[in-house]
Amino acid sequence: MKRTLFILLSNPLSLLGVILVALVVLCAIFANVIAPFPSHAGAVVDFVNFNKPPQWPSIMGTDLVGRDIFSRILFAYRISLVLGVVVLSIAVPVGVVIGLAAGYLGGWIEYCLMRLTDVFLSVPPLVLAMSIMGVLEPTLLNGMLAVTAMWWPWYTRVVYNITRSEREEGYVLAAEVIGAGPAHVMFREILPNCVPAIVTKMTLDLGFVILIVSSLSFLGLGVQPPTPDLGSMVAEGARYLPDSWWLTVFPALAILVAVFGFNLVGDALREILGAEQ
Amino acid sequence: MTAILRVLLRRLVTSLIVLIGVSMLIFAIARIIPGNPARIALGPNATAEQIERLSAALHLDAPIWVQYGYFLRDLSRGDLGISLYTNRPVTADIAQFLPATLELVLVAGVMMVAIGLPLGVLSARYRGGAIDNAIRVFSLLTVSAPGFVWAVILMLVFAFFVPIFPIAGRISDSYSIPAVTGFLAIDTLLAGDLRAFGNAAWHIVLPALALALSGIGQAARLTRANMIETYDRPYIEMARSYGFPEGRIARRYALRPSLIPAMTIIGLDFASMLGNAFLVEAIFAWPGLSRYGVAVILRKDLNAIVGTVLIISAAFLIVNVIVDLLVAVINPRIRYSQRSA
Repeated sequence: MKRTLFILLSNPLSLLGVILVALVVLCAIFANVIAPFPSHAGAVVDFVNFNKPPQWPSIMGTDLVGRDIFSRILFAYRISLVLGVVVLSIAVPVGVVIGLAAGYLGGWIEYCLMRLTDVFLSVPPLVLAMSIMGVLEPTLLNGMLAVTAMWWPWYTRVVYNITRSEREEGYVLAAEVIGAGPAHVMFREILPNCVPAIVTKMTLDLGFVILIVSSLSFLGLGVQPPTPDLGSMVAEGARYLPDSWWLTVFPALAILVAVFGFNLVGDALREILGAEQ
Repeated sequence: MTAILRVLLRRLVTSLIVLIGVSMLIFAIARIIPGNPARIALGPNATAEQIERLSAALHLDAPIWVQYGYFLRDLSRGDLGISLYTNRPVTADIAQFLPATLELVLVAGVMMVAIGLPLGVLSARYRGGAIDNAIRVFSLLTVSAPGFVWAVILMLVFAFFVPIFPIAGRISDSYSIPAVTGFLAIDTLLAGDLRAFGNAAWHIVLPALALALSGIGQAARLTRANMIETYDRPYIEMARSYGFPEGRIARRYALRPSLIPAMTIIGLDFASMLGNAFLVEAIFAWPGLSRYGVAVILRKDLNAIVGTVLIISAAFLIVNVIVDLLVAVINPRIRYSQRSA
């Protein structure tokens, strides 16, 4: 753990990643403290200062109804991160349990579970989430549901592959020989060996959930106004390019910075934890 | 050859099973819709009698498995029902919008392989050097943003600040090309209009690049990772000790085995572009499936949603089967396996 942290902080790129992630997380947690105009996260109208280019105190300009874009980006980070954590805390356990069961139990259970996974993996992720969002009302809760539905199969795949190769290892056979039941073998023997892969994937996925949620809102199928979201901010501003460039450029860069940070850290973790195995 | 045929057959059967599963999934999603779809389609002013008539016509009063049976029967006749949004057959709508999207995705796919693979090879060959680091940062950056972010950035840079490329659309309005196939690259050539072909090609560069960028990064990363693994193999060392030039080692000995694991994922990425095209089309006003897809989703147009998702998923599966075949063709272990059998 300590060694992982040390390696993470000694490489300039992964250090940059840690800084970016820390920045984004701090922005999200303290959004109401940092934001110069916390009330602008909601339905506020300020027609005196609408569509202003970057200037003090609105360092990223104001949107079409006069709300401070910087403040809205901070609150959008908060919502995206909460969404990401909720989605992963449902999708990961579901995906992991299915993957373990399919990989360890084998037989027709394996066949059915993996074909089910294939079905979910056969619909392009964005399209699956879109169709779920489409038939349900586009609310924050349904957004979580839609993204969760498309996320678990990837964990099933990862855990399934590891379980398949670990199933024949000596320690698993030893546990079986002394009479350990399937639940014990799956969760106490095999699962710990999946943890590095799962943790790495979760770090990368926090970034990707932000990316997918912003994509959904970009299409008008995600977080609904006046709740701030990076994707819908880009979509609204895109019609006013290039004159009111600040409407789109800052939210777009905000997505890039956050996801890049998570990717840098995830990538470094993969290399460190992968090398240890 | 027989081994490849066997791979093809097996994959086609699995794909069919998966496609039936997908159709059930989509159908189930479309039917858990809150409220009566007939009422939603007819609007708030419909009378109870009208709603009842449409419900009966759509078989909405039957149990869900019966409805699914009707759906399958129609599907086998190539009938996806009538779109309540355009009042036309869903198949006609899709046939109108799909070619533009496919054209975009195909060009983006070519870009992904033609740019991403060489970048990955370069990165692996000069591992740890400046080129490698630059390519690694570039590819990580490209996978860190959705297509619409790249669309906005590319559009600002290459259509506004440095106006090299057109801002939006598929072809300039001054050209009127009769639609034969719906693919402008083919239609312009059929019309014998080379200038129109060039114009259309010029229009597709930015949208396709925006769509391809994250794929390019992904392809470069995968190729690099797999090639570095291959570089550690003894036969590469042997080739070096024989004094083979590095370029030849990279191309002939290190790249080929690395392509096999990379290709499967690249195929998946290519196929997911069909969904991501939605994000890019909106920015560049590309007349593809995106606007239609989003419109029918927002209007809860069941037939059109089911049809669109089904077509995209089928295309997704077909791409994956093709990729598996390509892998079988370049992988001698599959090509020559069970030859005697």
